[in-house]
Amino acid sequence: MKTKSLFITAIVSLIPFSSAFAGEEALNSGDTAWIIVATALVMVMTPAGLALFYGGMSRYKNLLNTIAMTFISYCIASVIWMMWGYTFAFGTDNAGIIGGLNHLFLNGISVNSLSGTIPTYVFVLFQMTFACITVALVLGSIVDRMKFSSWIVFAALWVTFIYCPIAHWVWGGGWMGKMGALDFAGGTVVHINAGVAGLVLAQVLGKRSGYGKEAMFPSSITLTALGAALLWFGWFGFNAGSQLAADGVSGSAFLVTNTSAAMGALSWMFAEWYVNKKPTLLGIASGVVAGLVAITPAAGFVNLPASLIIGLVAGIFGFYCVAIVKKKIGYDDSLDAFGVHGICGLWGALATGLFANPAITEGAAGLFYGNPKQLWIQLVSILATASFTAVGTLIVVYITRFITGGIRVEPEDEINGLDSSLHGERGFEITF
Amino acid sequence: MKKIEAIIKPFKLDDVKEALNEVGIQGMTISEVKGYGRQKGHKEVYRGAEYVVDFIPKIKIEIVVETDLADKVVETIKKAAYTGKIGDGKIFVLPTEEVIRVRTGEKGKDAI
Repeated sequence: MKTKSLFITAIVSLIPFSSAFAGEEALNSGDTAWIIVATALVMVMTPAGLALFYGGMSRYKNLLNTIAMTFISYCIASVIWMMWGYTFAFGTDNAGIIGGLNHLFLNGISVNSLSGTIPTYVFVLFQMTFACITVALVLGSIVDRMKFSSWIVFAALWVTFIYCPIAHWVWGGGWMGKMGALDFAGGTVVHINAGVAGLVLAQVLGKRSGYGKEAMFPSSITLTALGAALLWFGWFGFNAGSQLAADGVSGSAFLVTNTSAAMGALSWMFAEWYVNKKPTLLGIASGVVAGLVAITPAAGFVNLPASLIIGLVAGIFGFYCVAIVKKKIGYDDSLDAFGVHGICGLWGALATGLFANPAITEGAAGLFYGNPKQLWIQLVSILATASFTAVGTLIVVYITRFITGGIRVEPEDEINGLDSSLHGERGFEITF
Repeated sequence: MKKIEAIIKPFKLDDVKEALNEVGIQGMTISEVKGYGRQKGHKEVYRGAEYVVDFIPKIKIEIVVETDLADKVVETIKKAAYTGKIGDGKIFVLPTEEVIRVRTGEKGKDAI
């Protein structure tokens, strides 16, 4: 107990230095250095972490297509963010709904501009990596069957019209942030958003041919495990970087992120071991991601014991959703973007409303710290995000379908595999 | 001359090879094959999706020997590939009309 109270005292004493948006602050080189590194860490999550995580789970004939879609998502979101994405999300607020056009093509930002204690250019880039990974996460629901051209159009429209407004609501001075919704690093903005969008897109696209009838083996669980490790590594930048400072809260976010990931892996593995009699590596890797997703909105607000519970529940929830619920409902979310990111993101957002501890970040208190209202605010933010994404994504999908003349590949191409039919390449050349 | 084809469990290949070397067999051809018999396939589960794998990996050994050696070779393989569990494999003995060594043109038992 004594150690714990000392720890809390230490954290509290750091708080005055941690407010990222305190207006008149000067550039802090420590903060700046850390956020530059954190940005590079988050970057790795998309074209390396997610590409391998998803690629390994897709069939051998669609491995390259999955990686290509992930890569190109990063590129599209990178460019759009600089042109108009940043200003839609972080430009001058318009009625709490969307940012103004004052930073179109980063207009008005110079090398001397500051966001809190870091240069605005660094802030722009850090936020860009979040937009990139969010759109890439969506494709986990639809691999094996979507036209590449349709994915490109979809990704561009989706970042612009779905991601940017939600990012504005929560982080850009929009209504959700003003309402007091707590989302430290993107439980609603990134994970619920991507998970629901994936589900909608998968429903419009339809099931993979042969789904439920023929075996669809992952091309390489080895790649998936490596991808999960890279995601885990990058997630330290994602969560600890979201404090936008190198301070005690960012250290605490780092600590709870790792703990929750490890707990998620353990609980998913044991749940699967108990139900299916075998502890699979895919289950362990998925549990890591489930734990990471769930701690994301909570990372800067909760303490160590809370992170143990958040990870534990995330692993069991994730397993239950992808292994049992999905089978019962019968939707084809190929790589479980909804099951892992949507559901565990939802749990994380709620858990933030339960466990947020004012001793970590001042003023952020959840139900267990005497603020039941927070849980309600979290619920409203979840429902608003999910509904906006569901409807918005549906519209974006229909527009995409109109522009690219259908969004699904030809049946023959689907059977032959997208690597060969769309890209003219093969992922492996293995001969005996 | 006889051709002996044996389907065995992959992990028994080394044992079988050594045992055959001891009885004087100088060469063999092997291939990785898949199939099933009484040992049915197995089940793999990926995030709750169950796939039954019907065909189990096996090793096929092919050896051609003089007729009077055939029984001894069969016996050797039988002993070396044995585990007592279902799926140990099968041995086929087929008549062989002719053997020709490509390099020298030798035929029959000289070519084995």
